[in-house]
Amino acid sequence: MSGAAMLTLDGVHAVYGRKIRALRGVSLEVRAGEVVALIGNNGAGKTTLMKTISGLLAPEKGRVTFQGRALSGLPPHEVMRMGLSLVPEGRRIFPRLTVMENLEMGAYSRPRGAELAREYEHVFTLFPVLGRRRAQLGGTLSGGEQQMLAMGRALMAAPKLLMLDEPSMGLAPVVVDKIFEIIARINQEGVTVLLVEQNARRALKAAARAYVLETGEIVSAGDSASLLKDPAVQKAYLGL
Amino acid sequence: MKGLLNSRRTQWVLLAAALSLPFLARALEFSFLTRVGGVVGLLMLLSLGLNVTLGYVGLFDLGFIAFYAVGAYATAILMRAHVAAPLAVVLAVALTVVIRFLLGLTILRLRGDYLAVVTMGFGEIARLTFNNLDALTNGPKGLQVRPWRPLSFLGAWKPLEFVRKESNVQFYFLIVAAVFLAAEASRRLEDSRVGRAWVAIREDEVAARLSGIPVREYKLLAFTLSAVFAGLAGALFALWDQFVTPESFIFWESILLVAIVVLGGMGSIVGVLLGALILGGIPLLMEATLSPQWIDYRYLFFGIILVLMTLFRPQGLLPSARREAELSS
Repeated sequence: MSGAAMLTLDGVHAVYGRKIRALRGVSLEVRAGEVVALIGNNGAGKTTLMKTISGLLAPEKGRVTFQGRALSGLPPHEVMRMGLSLVPEGRRIFPRLTVMENLEMGAYSRPRGAELAREYEHVFTLFPVLGRRRAQLGGTLSGGEQQMLAMGRALMAAPKLLMLDEPSMGLAPVVVDKIFEIIARINQEGVTVLLVEQNARRALKAAARAYVLETGEIVSAGDSASLLKDPAVQKAYLGL
Repeated sequence: MKGLLNSRRTQWVLLAAALSLPFLARALEFSFLTRVGGVVGLLMLLSLGLNVTLGYVGLFDLGFIAFYAVGAYATAILMRAHVAAPLAVVLAVALTVVIRFLLGLTILRLRGDYLAVVTMGFGEIARLTFNNLDALTNGPKGLQVRPWRPLSFLGAWKPLEFVRKESNVQFYFLIVAAVFLAAEASRRLEDSRVGRAWVAIREDEVAARLSGIPVREYKLLAFTLSAVFAGLAGALFALWDQFVTPESFIFWESILLVAIVVLGGMGSIVGVLLGALILGGIPLLMEATLSPQWIDYRYLFFGIILVLMTLFRPQGLLPSARREAELSS
């Protein structure tokens, strides 16, 4: 299932705000074709890590490498051009743009005049509801639909690696099921997935491997099945 | 109502109405009306420019008048150096664009209030520079510009004979043409991929960056493009008035432009045009028609309008559909 290393983090430090050291030497690896989960509590540094990889935040120390090329210091639109998209925490769709326009924005990193018909088609196949609401303003969608729109927007860039930051946040369980189904489907279609979740049980079920982040450091890592049985993980994240 | 206002046919009707103003003024023997029309036209041009940064991208700029000043002074100085007027206009616009680009390069990392304060500072620095750079600008005494009558040839046609002598009418026509072009350019920008990216930036800058929009470059683009409008307005102003002094470019004028854009409806072309007509035209007409002891009350009129607007129509008179949605939710 998994191939060569696609994304590698090597001793990444990042500072959040002016002095909060949110990441202290994080090293991890995502291999092509995998679904990898990153779990951890509030404030563990998960979102900072996503921001650092996507180029919103420059690492203070350490290296981020994507398909053999260094990412550190590149702005987000260039990171995206290399094939790495982030669905941000809290969805952050554009409420006053239509569904179609939201998707159009997602394709911004593609070369002008790129053939986008296939991408729209793909997004509407994954999320039929978006196709039905294409002329509606993003802000009028339900929470679940907005999450789908945020995912669709990220897919418009035709990423090789899709990162999702808390895709289940604030959604009804039945909608969360649906979102995770689609994540699995996207992965089957060949997109590598890095998933950040507070909902550890969900994340560990969806991913083959996982990392546990605590106060800016990776404290354990391994395949999901063994992490699910790890007493420390059970106690801290699974509420057992 | 909105559809009607933005339709093609309405555009032509408005253009025809604007073009007929000098004839109306002649019929009424109130030639000052044409002058008012020209001044309002320049305000429209400036406001459409500010609308690109403030309306589309949401960048607050309290020193926009400085670029009107750059356009005007550059034109005046070039005219004094015996450059042909059309070339002077082109060069003045280019210089305005370059200066705004350089300013944008340095200050666009600021946001919101901070950006507003810095642009306000720039506006004042520009005015003080024009006031003190005697060698180039002749300081507070101002610069004379040699006359230029671009549309005298229209007088060859009998019904338009009066145009030959009246520079107000000639410049009025030029300004109307410029406003029409500026409105058309704005409409195309708004409907373009770039225009939608600006809206995305205004709505959520982080999400825009994560969508792959080069936010910094696009802000700079909007900031720079708005200088075309300001530079052109300044050049027309210098050629029309044939006299440029620092006094024309005080802070109040920048505030007036912001008020016009906000009153009309940020990001809405017809709204901005209407705002300029109301905030620019009515005080001038009051000045012309009221007896002297009432003239200062025009600022009171201003205050009342702005208070009423904040109370009853915070989205502006004719807001763009998107802005309306933003304020009603």
